[in-house]
Amino acid sequence: MTSNASIPPKPRTDVNPARIYTLRINGREDETILTVARQNGIDIPTLCHLDGLAERGACRLCIVEIQGSPKLYAACVTLVKQDMDVITDSPRIRDYRRKILELIFSERNHVCSVCVVNGNCELQNLAVKLGMTHVRYGYLNLTHAVDASHPRFSLDHNRCVLCLRCIRVCKDIEGAHTWDIAGRGIHARIISDLNQPWGESETCTGCGKCVQVCPTGALSEKGKSVAEMTKRPEFLPYLQMMRKEAEP
Amino acid sequence: MTLTIENLQEIAKTETDVLESYRYRINVCVAAGCLSCGSDAVKASLEEEIRRQGKEKACRVRAVGCLGLCAVGPLIDISPLNVAYQGVQPSDAPDIIGSLTGAPVSRLLLPTDHPFFSRQKKIVLENCGIVEPERIESYIAAGGYEALYQALRQMSPRQVIDDVTASGLRGRGGAGFPTGLKWTTVYKAQQADKYVVCNADEGDPGAFMDRSVLESDPHRVIEGMAIAGYAVGASRGYIYVRAEYPLAVERLRRAIKQAKQLGVLGENIFNTPFAFDIQLRLGAGAFVCGEETALIASIEGRLGRPRPRPPFPAEFGLWGCPTLINNVETIANIAPIVRRGGDWFAGIGTEKSKGTKVFALAGKINNTGLIEVPMGTPLREIVFDIGGGIPAGRRFKAVQTGGPSGGCVPAQFLDMPMDYESLKDVGAIMGSGGMIVMDDGACMVDVAKFFMEFCMSESCGKCVPCRVGTAQLFGILERITAGDAKIEDIDTLKELCDLVGAASLCGLGQTAPNPVKSTLRYFENEYMAHIRRHHCEAGVCAMGKAREDTA
Repeated sequence: MTSNASIPPKPRTDVNPARIYTLRINGREDETILTVARQNGIDIPTLCHLDGLAERGACRLCIVEIQGSPKLYAACVTLVKQDMDVITDSPRIRDYRRKILELIFSERNHVCSVCVVNGNCELQNLAVKLGMTHVRYGYLNLTHAVDASHPRFSLDHNRCVLCLRCIRVCKDIEGAHTWDIAGRGIHARIISDLNQPWGESETCTGCGKCVQVCPTGALSEKGKSVAEMTKRPEFLPYLQMMRKEAEP
Repeated sequence: MTLTIENLQEIAKTETDVLESYRYRINVCVAAGCLSCGSDAVKASLEEEIRRQGKEKACRVRAVGCLGLCAVGPLIDISPLNVAYQGVQPSDAPDIIGSLTGAPVSRLLLPTDHPFFSRQKKIVLENCGIVEPERIESYIAAGGYEALYQALRQMSPRQVIDDVTASGLRGRGGAGFPTGLKWTTVYKAQQADKYVVCNADEGDPGAFMDRSVLESDPHRVIEGMAIAGYAVGASRGYIYVRAEYPLAVERLRRAIKQAKQLGVLGENIFNTPFAFDIQLRLGAGAFVCGEETALIASIEGRLGRPRPRPPFPAEFGLWGCPTLINNVETIANIAPIVRRGGDWFAGIGTEKSKGTKVFALAGKINNTGLIEVPMGTPLREIVFDIGGGIPAGRRFKAVQTGGPSGGCVPAQFLDMPMDYESLKDVGAIMGSGGMIVMDDGACMVDVAKFFMEFCMSESCGKCVPCRVGTAQLFGILERITAGDAKIEDIDTLKELCDLVGAASLCGLGQTAPNPVKSTLRYFENEYMAHIRRHHCEAGVCAMGKAREDTA
């Protein structure tokens, strides 16, 4: 700014990354804060969100502040509005995000060194990104079973973060609805069909979409050893695009 | 045939005439509290005794709703003698019937000038203990459905809402959101289909206000919902009631059926184009289903899990339609407001908290039961005058309001007026009205642990802060009460309270840390004594040292 210093400079809102302004086209105002932020190169960490799946707003890692409100909002489910002033990154938010991540790590068994997706794990990447070096909360040490009854895949509940991506992809994209959730609170867990072993499921098509979208080593392909499993969730937006094009 | 006001008046007159043809009306409380100590057997034996003594023409036994003082049930009340009896057993029937013409049975007598009765002001509970909950005629004789008539025939929806707004009524479910504002939002929503939902999923430990209203005066809720439907433009309503209240469910079913038969529910109510229908939905025991978005999901037949708001149900609720969700007590206030006007209601209570509030007195208090007092009544009056103080000569320590979402109010605030703002200032909340009184035998860390365990087991598990955070908090509290905690645990406790409260998805998680926060605020010394000295002042917790000694 070179003008007279006594006149407060009007902020150039169009270039200020902390402020998100939107416009309404044909009455639509349905972009989420997360979408708009990512389109504009602003990174917001997420875990339960996955491009191509319905939003849940459950992991709370994408919390943002909105000026004028004492509450925190999940960026993945909050729609942008005219004049909304969003802060996606602040010491307070960063602190909360790291603590939430610590809580996830304290819940079940997330020991990377013996995990099939070590080096290719969204949870691990988040810990690196958010600077979470250790867990200060006591481990809850919940012991869960491993379901290896499926011929090609296996499910290790101990690695599950309950993002429910598997349920959503199976129900909404594959249309099989093999996965669902049982129990509540700390005892909630993923089940196949009516709590049967996965291998005995009559609805599972064996498509493996759930395995690909799973952010951790909870769902993996059999025959993979430590750090050998890589996930390819990118198929999802592509699949949806192809489906859309195929529509008459 | 459509119901007219003349029909209503005729029903009321017949009912009153029939009642007055009896010299004595013996009102037996058949709400859950008295029923559980055998008031149905008392009722049967009274009827039998009347037959035996041949007094059928002079006496009528009526099954009425809650008389309030649940601590000394079964209760009966004889009008017009103005005599009330407590702890009545079936074997007392001959004495009671025999004494009708003479002196009352002194051993059973419950003084009717007892402060428990004289200090109350009843609006929500005005019919409780007076009307027979299983007979619509009895409700109509008490002026029932007149407010609905008045609203439908003499007022526009806008006028009804203006009255509710002018009354200053705030949501009685806990948050205290202005009811008129909520109604206006739904009224303004541009959609053909709208719904009215009555939240009767009362789940706070120690709370039984809604239960009593539903069991004692179900038609009041139906009338309130119909008025709400007319005001906001909804033609269908749901009552979401927990299945653990079988009597409330049964009486609501009966009341809805009676209302439909009579024509106060259905098509063309009171000869107007307004139609309204109510269905019941039973909750299956999940506390979180009292949260409005989880409640909606449950009504829709989906998993009872909350979703982020906005959008609020007033804009996007049941099946995506604008939905008005009000608590039982809020809805029970509607008919009197319409009948007597919003200004009358606004004249009761304090500046920001209007009307009355029903409290369920529980815990270490002499007069356990249900009371209704004007907003702003000092806590001391509630606990010591109406509640009769603390039993066994013990000392008052604190009262927990608002259940697991609330906080404790310690003795130094006994003279505080009970209203939304004052309670919030001291770190508690009004909540739905459960009031658990604790004496000096209560360990506040143990109390916090109890509520945290409740929140942990009732957390739906959807969002991480609530699912894992409550479990972590409970773990720390368990260590403190076991004498295994370190001083740093207090910091972790505070830090987790802040995180869970700020980052959780729904009200359950956001308020779950409140009992810990408020006990920490007023009784941090007890936490410290547990950690530093392995000492529990109240002697509730078996501490590390003591455990080792006994081992």
